[in-house]
Amino acid sequence: MSEIAERLKSIIRPENQVYKKSSVLNDVTMHYCPGCSHGVVHKLIADVIEELGIQDQTIGVSPVGCAVFAYNYIDIDWSEAAHGRAPAVATGIKRIMPEKTVFTYQGDGDLAAIGTAETMHAVNRGENIVMIFINNAIYGMTGGQMAPTTLLGQVTSTTPYGRNVDLNGYPLKITELIAQLPGAAYVTRQSVHTAGAVRKARKAIKKAFELSQKNIGTCFVEVVSTCNSGWKMTPVESNDWMVKQMFPLFPLGDLKDGGKEATEPFQMKG
Amino acid sequence: MGELRLMKGNEVIAEAAIRCGCDGYFGYPITPQSEVMESLMAQRPWETTGMVVLQAESEIASIHMVYGAAGCGKRVMTSSSSPGISLMAEGISYIAGSELPCVIVNVQRGGPGLGTIQPSQADYNQATKGGGHGDYSLLVLAPSSVQEMNDFVGLGFELAFKYRNPVMILADGVIGQMMEKVELMDQQPRWSDQQLKEITGSWATSGKSKDRNKHVITSLEMDSHIMEENNLRLQAKYQRMKEEDVRYELIDCEDAEYVLVAFGCAARICQKTVQLARAKGYKVGLLRPITLFPFPERVIAEMAPKIKGFLTVEFNAGQMVNDVKLAANGQTKVEYFGRMGGILPSPDEVEKALHQKLIGG
Repeated sequence: MSEIAERLKSIIRPENQVYKKSSVLNDVTMHYCPGCSHGVVHKLIADVIEELGIQDQTIGVSPVGCAVFAYNYIDIDWSEAAHGRAPAVATGIKRIMPEKTVFTYQGDGDLAAIGTAETMHAVNRGENIVMIFINNAIYGMTGGQMAPTTLLGQVTSTTPYGRNVDLNGYPLKITELIAQLPGAAYVTRQSVHTAGAVRKARKAIKKAFELSQKNIGTCFVEVVSTCNSGWKMTPVESNDWMVKQMFPLFPLGDLKDGGKEATEPFQMKG
Repeated sequence: MGELRLMKGNEVIAEAAIRCGCDGYFGYPITPQSEVMESLMAQRPWETTGMVVLQAESEIASIHMVYGAAGCGKRVMTSSSSPGISLMAEGISYIAGSELPCVIVNVQRGGPGLGTIQPSQADYNQATKGGGHGDYSLLVLAPSSVQEMNDFVGLGFELAFKYRNPVMILADGVIGQMMEKVELMDQQPRWSDQQLKEITGSWATSGKSKDRNKHVITSLEMDSHIMEENNLRLQAKYQRMKEEDVRYELIDCEDAEYVLVAFGCAARICQKTVQLARAKGYKVGLLRPITLFPFPERVIAEMAPKIKGFLTVEFNAGQMVNDVKLAANGQTKVEYFGRMGGILPSPDEVEKALHQKLIGG
């Protein structure tokens, strides 16, 4: 034992440290299931807030869904929104305190089902907010029901025989719709299932928060995510399933960049 | 004396909002109150006082914008009419549950459903019994003149911040649309950063500085024991409203044998009825509740054993009459008279009802 302790002591030294928890993350245990993407994305947001030095300038808007308790984990001021209303709540905050950095953190049910109107109109107004969109193709908190982004054929507790077009319609690619809106400044789709993907996602989130300081429109980051509990898979199986089944419908990469001026708005003549 | 103008009730709401130093208005057009936002947009207060004015995509969005902005400790408001207020019920419940101050104006129209754009008081129960889910109350002010439309905006904010509770100004299509002489207040500045810090600094989401813990605006609590405590705190607050902020007006009640109880526009009609009845020798008075919640139950309880009956006059199927009955507690007769669907009774019609239902003959 003492030999191991000695060896650990020789390794755990400040000069050997390559990674540490962000000081913007609270020291509490997250309620998320092992294998869930939320914890990783929370960490990335906390990292970015710390790196940009905007902890005292940032207000988060948490959703209804698994991330309802996001305010327990990231050490900033939060407003907890009703289901789907986060973009409206964020609009109220940003309009009344335009000097602050405001972001929403929403799941697929919140952002793309019950809150579709609030989502589309906040972006269409070009609200200078960041929207983080966790798309795991299922309702996690309520116990695995169909989401607007549930794949055709995907089994959920409300599509026990698989999502069927005639009964349930099609999976909604809302990020593609968002990218069409003149008010969107930066729209990207990321994932956090590998170390490389996490690094890319971090870069995208940082870019969104940086652009948000410039007030050039809405910055929208979708993270294609896993819900191994809802999908009834192991974390490893979930990552594989996401890559195989979700990425073809929700391909990763930037959908729009360059600010809201990148789209020519239609103006009445004369 | 302040500036005198001839103005519409709805326009006055906008004018009073700007002049009392309101920080933001978020709304959605609906008849019969669209002039509120139209007046604000025409005045462009963001260029003068810095007040934010935004047309939302729906009443749902506008009330949640109010939630977000109110959480920042700012003085914010919205306005709508009955169907729009139903859509806002979710957000109003969240605002009450999160204990945020704001002012909500309901210029009522007739229902149910799409109903009519004509005036009504059919949202009395919705306004005074909460309206959304959960045990909560709004502080409800009922203006009966354009002057009170003006006065209640400032008063509404004062009470909203006193209790950290949403205040509803429950007007109706008549008060919103009619023009009267109004004395406006002088322009007040919006709260400074220093005032904001002193008044709302202990809870507002203004950005977590190093010297304090994070502030979270939420109505969520998973621990039932704490949730019950939260509910008890709300109930204690409503009790305090009942003790400290009941407002009403008594007209010719000193010697009255019969007392009309009416709020808002109905009280204006009843004022004339009192004159008509008194001219014929009947001792009739008028009690006008100004706060519908907290309801002036004490004065009704005190009057009840001394008079021959109350007649509530309401533009609905009889909603406030139940609160009068509870307050009178069987000590005297309590009757109701009203019209619905946007029809306003004449003072003569009310007098006739008074004879039929209470005086007899």
